[in-house]
Amino acid sequence: MPKRTDINKILIIGSGPIVIGQACEFDYSGTQACKALMEEGYEIVLVNSNPATIMTDPETAHRTYIEPITPEIVTKIVERERPHAILPTLGGQTGLNTAIGVAETGILEDLNVEMIGASIPVIHKAEDREQFRDAMTRIGLRVPESGIVRDMDQAKTVAEQIGYPVIIRASFTLGGFGSGVAYNREEMERIAKTGLDASMISEIIMEESLLGWKEYELEVMRDFSDNVVIICSIENFDPMGVHTGDSITVAPAQTLSDREYQLMRDAAIAIMREIGVETGGSNVQFAIHPDTGEMVVIEMNPRVSRSSALASKATGFPIAKIAAKLAVGYTLDEIPNDITRETLASFEPTIDYCVVKIPRWTFEKFAGAEDLLTTSMKSVGESMAIGRTFKEALQKAVRSLEIGRFGLGADAPSSLRHHSDLHQIEKGLIQPNSNRLFHVHEAFEQGFPLKKIHDLSGIDPWFLFHIYQLQIMERQLRDIAKGGLVPDELDKDFLKRIKEYGFSDIQLAKIFDSSEQRIREIRKSKGVEPVYKSVDTCAAEFEAYTPYYYSTYEQENEIHASGRKKVVILGGGPNRIGQGIEFDYCCVQASMALKEMGVESIMVNSNPETVSTDYDTSDRLYFEPLTREDVLNIVEQEKPEGVIVQFGGQTPLNIAVPLRDAGVTILGTSPDSIDRAEDRERFQRLLKKLDILQPENGIATDKDDALRVADRIGYPVVVRPSFVLGGRAMEIVYDRKDLEFYMKAAVRVSPGKPILIDSFLEAATEIDVDAISDGIDTVVAGIMEHIEEAGIHSGDSACVLPPISLSPEILEQIKEQTKAIARELNVIGLMNIQYAVKGGVVYILEVNPRGSRTVPFVSKATGVSVAKLATRVIMGERVKDLGIATDITPAHISVKESVFPFSRFPGVDPILGPEMKSTGEVMGIDQSFGLAFAKSQLGAGQRLPLSGRVFISVKDDDKMTMLYTASRFHSLGFEVLATKGTSRFLAHHRIPNRVVNKVREGRPHVVDMIKNGEIDLIVNTTSNKKTVAESFSIRSAALAFNIPYTTTLAGATATALAVESMIEGELSVKTIQEYHRN
Amino acid sequence: MGFETMKAILALEDGTIFHGRAFTGHGETVGEMVFNTSMSGYQEILTDPSYCGQMVTMTYPLIGSYGVNEEDVESDRIQVRALFVKEYQEYPSNYRSERSLADYLKANGIPGVEGIDTRALTRHIRVQGAMKAALSTGDLDPDALVEKARHAPDMAGRDLVKEVTCDEPVLWQNGRPVRVEGGLDHFQWSEKSGRFRVVAIDYGVKYNILRSLEERGCTVLVLPAGTKSESINRLDPDGLFLSNGPGDPAAVPYAVEAIQGQIGRRPIFGICLGHQLLGLALGGKSFKLKFGHRGGNQPVKDLKTGKVEITSQNHGFCVDMESLKDPDIELSHINLNDRTLEGLVHRKLPIFSVQYHPEASPGPHDASYLFDRFIGLMRRD
Repeated sequence: MPKRTDINKILIIGSGPIVIGQACEFDYSGTQACKALMEEGYEIVLVNSNPATIMTDPETAHRTYIEPITPEIVTKIVERERPHAILPTLGGQTGLNTAIGVAETGILEDLNVEMIGASIPVIHKAEDREQFRDAMTRIGLRVPESGIVRDMDQAKTVAEQIGYPVIIRASFTLGGFGSGVAYNREEMERIAKTGLDASMISEIIMEESLLGWKEYELEVMRDFSDNVVIICSIENFDPMGVHTGDSITVAPAQTLSDREYQLMRDAAIAIMREIGVETGGSNVQFAIHPDTGEMVVIEMNPRVSRSSALASKATGFPIAKIAAKLAVGYTLDEIPNDITRETLASFEPTIDYCVVKIPRWTFEKFAGAEDLLTTSMKSVGESMAIGRTFKEALQKAVRSLEIGRFGLGADAPSSLRHHSDLHQIEKGLIQPNSNRLFHVHEAFEQGFPLKKIHDLSGIDPWFLFHIYQLQIMERQLRDIAKGGLVPDELDKDFLKRIKEYGFSDIQLAKIFDSSEQRIREIRKSKGVEPVYKSVDTCAAEFEAYTPYYYSTYEQENEIHASGRKKVVILGGGPNRIGQGIEFDYCCVQASMALKEMGVESIMVNSNPETVSTDYDTSDRLYFEPLTREDVLNIVEQEKPEGVIVQFGGQTPLNIAVPLRDAGVTILGTSPDSIDRAEDRERFQRLLKKLDILQPENGIATDKDDALRVADRIGYPVVVRPSFVLGGRAMEIVYDRKDLEFYMKAAVRVSPGKPILIDSFLEAATEIDVDAISDGIDTVVAGIMEHIEEAGIHSGDSACVLPPISLSPEILEQIKEQTKAIARELNVIGLMNIQYAVKGGVVYILEVNPRGSRTVPFVSKATGVSVAKLATRVIMGERVKDLGIATDITPAHISVKESVFPFSRFPGVDPILGPEMKSTGEVMGIDQSFGLAFAKSQLGAGQRLPLSGRVFISVKDDDKMTMLYTASRFHSLGFEVLATKGTSRFLAHHRIPNRVVNKVREGRPHVVDMIKNGEIDLIVNTTSNKKTVAESFSIRSAALAFNIPYTTTLAGATATALAVESMIEGELSVKTIQEYHRN
Repeated sequence: MGFETMKAILALEDGTIFHGRAFTGHGETVGEMVFNTSMSGYQEILTDPSYCGQMVTMTYPLIGSYGVNEEDVESDRIQVRALFVKEYQEYPSNYRSERSLADYLKANGIPGVEGIDTRALTRHIRVQGAMKAALSTGDLDPDALVEKARHAPDMAGRDLVKEVTCDEPVLWQNGRPVRVEGGLDHFQWSEKSGRFRVVAIDYGVKYNILRSLEERGCTVLVLPAGTKSESINRLDPDGLFLSNGPGDPAAVPYAVEAIQGQIGRRPIFGICLGHQLLGLALGGKSFKLKFGHRGGNQPVKDLKTGKVEITSQNHGFCVDMESLKDPDIELSHINLNDRTLEGLVHRKLPIFSVQYHPEASPGPHDASYLFDRFIGLMRRD
């Protein structure tokens, strides 16, 4: 069937902000789909609230709405655009849920809009537990036994039916609180009771335990002609019990014989047909009993997913692109396979390598969060690696994680070694946690037999044996080193064998007490060098035309470097808090710019979720770890003009100097200039020279030093370790005692590294500036004013572009300083500066001579492709020849708001501070600040009330400023509730209000009211550790019950403005193409 | 300092050398070097008689992961001459595993070699075509080994069927072969047994074909490849099945002759070599593919329904579409990768055949409907 001609205009729903469980894989899928459908001549309308996406670049779709993804807003877009069809399967769960919400309004029928990809009944059938169970039973498949329980009698009956052990999960609690496994009746009664109490709706789900079963996934595609193919099989390293997003996964499946695999394949196909997914990709999860082979179906997702992105990268088969084409009527045998050109998409990829994905967690960011992995996902990113053996891929994936490890074992100094305490190791094996892989290695090192490790962890012996082999190799190498053999004496074949096992030069250097560089020289002198193989979907059966490569140590090298002018772009590695999709956006833009300039672009990255690792993005893609060794290997292979390090965030910057020292040309701002901006003392000299102010500051390496510095500059102070990203371990300290405490902890986090101490400018306004410079001329691309005052990490603060409260003089001063710094540092490319303004004085907080987190937001707000232009400058063009205005100030208002993962981490205080905690961002655009801010809140999931009760409890310093906000809410018709102190103050200023008990003041108190749904909005600011602790229960209740709350007064003021704007008129929608035209 | 390993050399007839390590002890052999792209199913591949005379490299690098069991066999022994992998998996993990792949190969005297750049080997074969090769763990002189490769017998024109066909009639019962006591002369179809009496000519039949027929209610009498048409007539089966098998169809003229005698007498279903032989019997010609189709992901389009099935394949020769001049022969299936012939059907007679393997093992089950089609033809007849 050729493509449909009865539809022309298609609405695609994106997935919105990056949150845990829904990350940039949906930008990858969505961008692919948009490109594919535009190529086919369809008119594409897109809605996505996330500005940091390639998908929302104005060129990716015809009409792009950066608007909140809610049924109401999307309904407005449908009314305005009148599309013929909606494609809801590319925007994750958000896309599906929103589409259902829109459909339920009836508007799709009224306007004759068709859902393509997945219909409403199909979505319900796949997602509704009962419907899904019935469907599976009809085709002879089994799902885990389960039942919903509302009282103890029911619990007893259901537990009898299911049998023990039984999993008990409380419904509607945060992060799995009130859940557990019961092995007998007594335990069941205890856990069920806790669960029923913990659940806000007094409901628990009891489920058959599949703990220890093996977990698999299949990625399936189906077309209108009922052709079904399996794109990839995935086997989880972690057995059932750990969310698949938190599991280490391997492709293809390893421990299934063909007979078992084919049964699973048959089941997946039958499920596709029974659920009725007409076209597109789906993901089906299975559990297999390790001793009997019994198979149960866990779930199916009738849409592209994180796993489908991984499968696409693992096989080279672009699932989202093909899914989009199938949705408009093509069949698989009508779509060519890009990679082989001569064959078609109707086949099943076969791979001739092993792929390992390891999740990236950031438990260290959330004080109070337990490092435990459960069925609720907690990781914020992932790295993927490709090798010809599992061992090689595993070690490459570990060194891609950016956690200071260079493989599994041999690399860590003894202080980082996990535990030699056997009990601790056992615990680390039994309870899934972010370090379990390292615990397995450690267990082998301590002599645990494989069987014991298997019994404790449930991890399949196949995986364990490979780790055992790595450990044996490490032990052998240590023995050799101990015997006095120097690395020069290693036999060539043996050295090659070591590299085949995936060991890095750094690991060898540690074992032989040598240096990475020395090992590299020895290795090269013996001719042990990597070769590159291509990912081609077909295991070399056909010629591959798409240059997608990975390294390995083998006989044949498939790389033929072209004679063209070329540049290597280093990506950002796995997403983590502080370094996310924004940097990938910059890398992709750079790649596009190079292409436009006729320069060959070579991308290096290890993050499978991204657009940058789409083989379509750059001329060449190397799916490799971003370490010195791996990057140098590629540079030696390709011999590029140079390497761009300024777009991938801190990851490539960290290796800029080592690369330069190894003779690699760093394009753009020189590593020395980067160092001048990052090195405290050099930076101070620079500011002094330019006569630019900085908050009082000092540097300390130990406690006494720190106390001296703080005494000199006066409390409060901001303290942080040098060379960190995302404000890791950054804190505001109000007194000596806290500082002592901090220093103790800081020395643990980065021993030997200096601690930076700055005077904290209380209640200052923070400013972010992004600029492009060629070292002589500089264009200020965007000035953003933070909504929250200084002290909240810039990555967590909301901000507005253009600034709304700064005088023209201040703005002018900021521009001048920016230009002066750019010139002095000889910045070539992008630069980001953070300023603080207090009492009409501009202070500089930090300079980052690289692409920043705000670059995509600035680009979307202004319509200027900042990263692309910067790339042209890096390649030698002059700023004055770029043809852009020197002042880019749009007429509309854009607000960026951050999105937080607190609901995943029960027990963690959702209060903002100098350490970054947000995972993603949304953007709201409109004509006024109020409307733009309202949209940003809606996009971030805060449904601001238009009436009801606002609860206000603020610290004394805030009380004066709070009056304005409180009276505003009052005049908007809200009832104002306040704690005693605040209430008295309000009354004194004639603002009617009602007193509410603090939690410690007796019941009913504020948390009771939150739970009873009697509070609609919360304003809660705190001054010190004591008030923070006291009000913790308010914030967590707000979070649990999804009540909008703000912990800063500036946030409260903005919220009042937003509520007022929304009361005055409904939110309207407009495309960014329209905004940019004006 | 290094590992103690048993070095092995693979020499191709064009002089290309690959170095590896034997994981099964000493061995030396020659054969045609082919690659298989299935990611699972090594045990089925090893025991598939169609690989007679061939050495196989698996493109998937990690082989041996789920061990070996008694059930997943396609004949009574390992048929490949040697197995080449990137990394042998010495620690199998699967609830059905009974022993390791290395033990299995050793017990059958078949060399297994790891540490080969199997992707390079595959690419070489893809570009240069399937070729003769020699493997040795003892004779490590590459030049001498290349000579041995060159002197290995050619695949084209060589009757390999006689090496794998059964010596005497066998009845397939309850999933296993049972000798027919007293030979064909005293053979009687049992009244009690299945509804359909099928004679399967064994050119190197895979067990799963016989299992598939038995599951569908057939009583299957397996006869040697040299069985004459008259002998079949005497048995008067409801249907004739032509099995898969190794090598060049043109080298088995006696089989073609027997098939010609059967055309029009009863429903005929051919698979793989059986399909090629049927093609020759219908007046067609065969040719050798450059490197063959071996794997479990080959897309085949049913030209009648337009549907695509993902198929299991293993063949080095192919029936030339153009050579089938008889207007009564309809091309029913084609390969979507290279557009070669994958199936044919007779417009007037109950005869059809496919180049690929509907019995899977290893591979997808998409094409199992073809066995039902055969049953349907016998029912109608």
